Amino acid sequence: MFTFFVRRLVTLIPTLVFVSMLIFSLQQLLPGDPALVLAGEDPSPEAIAHIRATLHLDDPLPVRYGYWIAGVLQGDLGESARTHQPVLELILQKLPVTLELALLALMIALIISIPAGIVSAVYKGGALDTGATVFALTGLSTPNFWLGIMLILLFSVELGWLPASGYVSPFENLSANLAAMIMPAFVLGNAIAASLMRHMRSSMLQELGADYVRTARAKGLSERVVVLKHALRNALTPVITLGALELGTLLSGAVLTEQVFTIPGFGKLIIDAVFNRDYAVVQGVVLVTATTYIMLNLFADMAYFVLNPRLRK
Amino acid sequence: MMNLSTTSSSALVPTTLKKEPGPWLRAWRKLRRNRKGMFGLYVVLLFIAMAIFAPLISPFDPIEASWSAIRKAPTGTHWFGTDELGRDVLARVIWGARASLLAGVVSVAISLLTGVTIGMLAGFLGGTVDSLISRATDAFLACPFLILAIALAAFLGPSLTNAMIAIGVSASPIFVRLTRAQVLQIKVEDYVEAARAVGCHPFRIAVSHILPNVTAPLIVQASLAIASAVIAEASLSFLGLGQQPPDPSWGSMLNTAKNFMDTAPWMAVWPGLAIFVLVLSFNLLGDGLRDALDPKHR
Repeated sequence: MFTFFVRRLVTLIPTLVFVSMLIFSLQQLLPGDPALVLAGEDPSPEAIAHIRATLHLDDPLPVRYGYWIAGVLQGDLGESARTHQPVLELILQKLPVTLELALLALMIALIISIPAGIVSAVYKGGALDTGATVFALTGLSTPNFWLGIMLILLFSVELGWLPASGYVSPFENLSANLAAMIMPAFVLGNAIAASLMRHMRSSMLQELGADYVRTARAKGLSERVVVLKHALRNALTPVITLGALELGTLLSGAVLTEQVFTIPGFGKLIIDAVFNRDYAVVQGVVLVTATTYIMLNLFADMAYFVLNPRLRK
Repeated sequence: MMNLSTTSSSALVPTTLKKEPGPWLRAWRKLRRNRKGMFGLYVVLLFIAMAIFAPLISPFDPIEASWSAIRKAPTGTHWFGTDELGRDVLARVIWGARASLLAGVVSVAISLLTGVTIGMLAGFLGGTVDSLISRATDAFLACPFLILAIALAAFLGPSLTNAMIAIGVSASPIFVRLTRAQVLQIKVEDYVEAARAVGCHPFRIAVSHILPNVTAPLIVQASLAIASAVIAEASLSFLGLGQQPPDPSWGSMLNTAKNFMDTAPWMAVWPGLAIFVLVLSFNLLGDGLRDALDPKHR
């Protein structure tokens, strides 16, 4: 088991190196002289010279990458061209907001998708299965920012039940926080509920056809016990791994959802940075997102390994 | 004599008719029996027609502002209402189909071109090239699709063309993986071995022996990728990184509509509905194609 983890960790290194090269090279796409672009509007010659020196723009590309990656490894993602705050600090400020949103969304997605997946597998081909399949297809085809706008129209503009925007920290006022977060969390959760449900359904169908399920039924166990105690346990395992892959969708979706509901998170940070031409922040956000995603995948693999005794030798 | 010749020719006809239909014809017949898949196909064709004939069917100019008709609710003249500059929403939805379909098709073409070429190289050459390409693909896939597209579009500069490039590049790793996996499976087949044995050039083996055999899964993946690309274009335009005003795009229409939700809700309904219907149709078509082309379903 230990060797499996070590081997898995070692394979991460080249991926991380490539990710960092990819993100570093984004800078090369900037048209014209990067120092001029990065300096913003009306730069003074000193400002340009300062950027040239800090980014080592006069050095060859591999050397610049070396400087950059050395900084990144020490937690230095550069500084925001606009506020001159360290990029890492900015990201750490915004991250908790997005994490709360993502966790609430994940909870909502699981509450919808696990029961829906079980029901549609158990009643395969029936009306409930068709309903769940239609729901999944609709969910996959709805742009989630539009769903957000429609919910605001219904619950904020028409009914006036929920605020359309205005984030409140949960430590200040928990109920106001939840009132502001429930719609965005639902929108974001809906984005992954559809595919989680599909995974759950196929995994459950596979388990329900297994020999041990037939044995359990032959022993005279009630269908409820067979489905919920025997099959469900085994069916959940692959869903965990496949679910981890949806975290990327969750992070991407957060960018749009935060924009619709004006939530001051990570997604808002990258979009604001894009429009302020604050490229160090854009790079920082992509780097942190990709690293988080790689790590979460690693944890999912490990969880899968721990949960599935057949993989342990 | 007369009789004899007719019998012989009529005896010939059934044998030519009984000829086993080719795999593409068989797939098409299978797709035609799939009601959901055909529904998807028809709606997609409808949208394509709408995009091509936009100048003929659009009731108004999609760009020209009209100060006398600002944010008017739907009426007999303006079926979908008007927007903040008095432009007809229906006209803009019709013209917006161009941006969405163009983005869907062009970005997937970019993904296919780069993804298939790189995937073929990786699968065919193997060794160091393969492991380098595979690691790079992992790195691309580690960046969430939309965030990578946003970053690329940000560095390239906001425009529809750059959005298409950004989406195409971000989606290409899926095609690299798919092609590589298929090539690895096929290159050990006997007929490839035979082609190599008779001295075929590797390039010819790749193009005329391997490529035709990876086409079916690529078509399925491409139709589903168009669905994601349409959503991605709408998302980038919604964020202001795609189609630039005043040119119409469903995503940027929603971006504006967001600011007028309490006074002009109709501005937000139709563009979103159009995205939903088009994406749903591509997904239905993709599922139908998968059922028709996947040998496991035959």
